[in-house]
Amino acid sequence: MGQVTESSTRIVEPQGQGFATTRLEPMLHWAQKYSLFMYPFVTACCGMEFMGLSSPRYDFSRFGSEAPRFSPRQSDLLWVVGTISQRQAPVLRRIYEQMAETKWVLAFGTCASCGGFYDNYTTVAGIDKIVPCDVYIPGCPPRPEAVLDGLMLLQDKIQHGDRTPAVVKPRFDPVADPGLGLTQIRRPSRV
Amino acid sequence: MAQALIEHVKKHCPGAVLQTHSQFGDETIVVDPERWLELARLLRDDPECDMALLVDLTAVDYPEREPRFEVVAHLVSLRLGHRLRMKARVGDAEGREVEIDSLTELWASANWAERECFDMFGVRFRGHPDLRRILMYPEFQGYPLRRDYPANRTQPLVEYRQVENIDKLPPFGPDEGMSFGRQTHDRRTSRDADGEN
Repeated sequence: MGQVTESSTRIVEPQGQGFATTRLEPMLHWAQKYSLFMYPFVTACCGMEFMGLSSPRYDFSRFGSEAPRFSPRQSDLLWVVGTISQRQAPVLRRIYEQMAETKWVLAFGTCASCGGFYDNYTTVAGIDKIVPCDVYIPGCPPRPEAVLDGLMLLQDKIQHGDRTPAVVKPRFDPVADPGLGLTQIRRPSRV
Repeated sequence: MAQALIEHVKKHCPGAVLQTHSQFGDETIVVDPERWLELARLLRDDPECDMALLVDLTAVDYPEREPRFEVVAHLVSLRLGHRLRMKARVGDAEGREVEIDSLTELWASANWAERECFDMFGVRFRGHPDLRRILMYPEFQGYPLRRDYPANRTQPLVEYRQVENIDKLPPFGPDEGMSFGRQTHDRRTSRDADGEN
């Protein structure tokens, strides 16, 4: 499963006895990215999408992110799925602090990423105000494909030891295409 | 049907009903806050009213009015099939002395409804067995659904991370997030006021 793609890796085959040399860190990152132990911090409606994602149709255990651990001490990937209220923020912070190093955080959905439309007295406008966040997956809720993109993005970041936050871009964004006005994507029969 | 109910209430509690109105089949009575509990007891126990169910109890803030708050109770009779909305006006313009009798001794469902009403509007219910916040945390200051509570004021329980520009952390740009939300709207209106647009 997977490949060690770092340029430091060398395949050496003297007299038919194959072995590979690599540096320790890429090897370690490679191992880490395919054995993510996740802690699902599921608070709101995105949880339904999360369940769909972990079931056979989308099945993110294909990516080595199979086993949910309901103890933060045994997990290294925190999935924050749903709205975080101010009242819940201390719980989230505490869960994060209890997790084993090295740990990553994934914001699932718009509410976890930036608060969404809950711009009010009760909601934390994005979990990054409480805990550092590695990958943001926008969407209300995000499509399963977007979440898989986010998971692969996180794996890529783990492989390269990159801790700068990243956001999952839409696979196709009609607004971003300059040659394509919004009216053009409508079916002619309905315009 | 409910019009007769209002007449019945007026007859049995003379002077307690200050106003009535009815619209689209919904009957409302505005009552004297001092006689709130007395009227509620009549509505529950009188066989011609028989309001066995308190559907909801909440409040409305009218900052321009005096008394400022309106406590609203929605009652239903399951046996007779009629409904009544009962209101009482309490509180001064600064939002002090917002007090009314608790209905918990009549309907158990009033307990949490009154706690929510206290939490959101600061209405104090006399005789409530456990009047404390139900949705917000005990450290919360003020009452969030009052009209004079600033719409963008949050009271975080944990200190935010010490990061520059915590409002919009990268990778989010200043325009991302809620493009339709209040922040954009505020920016636009202030620009309009400056005459730049």
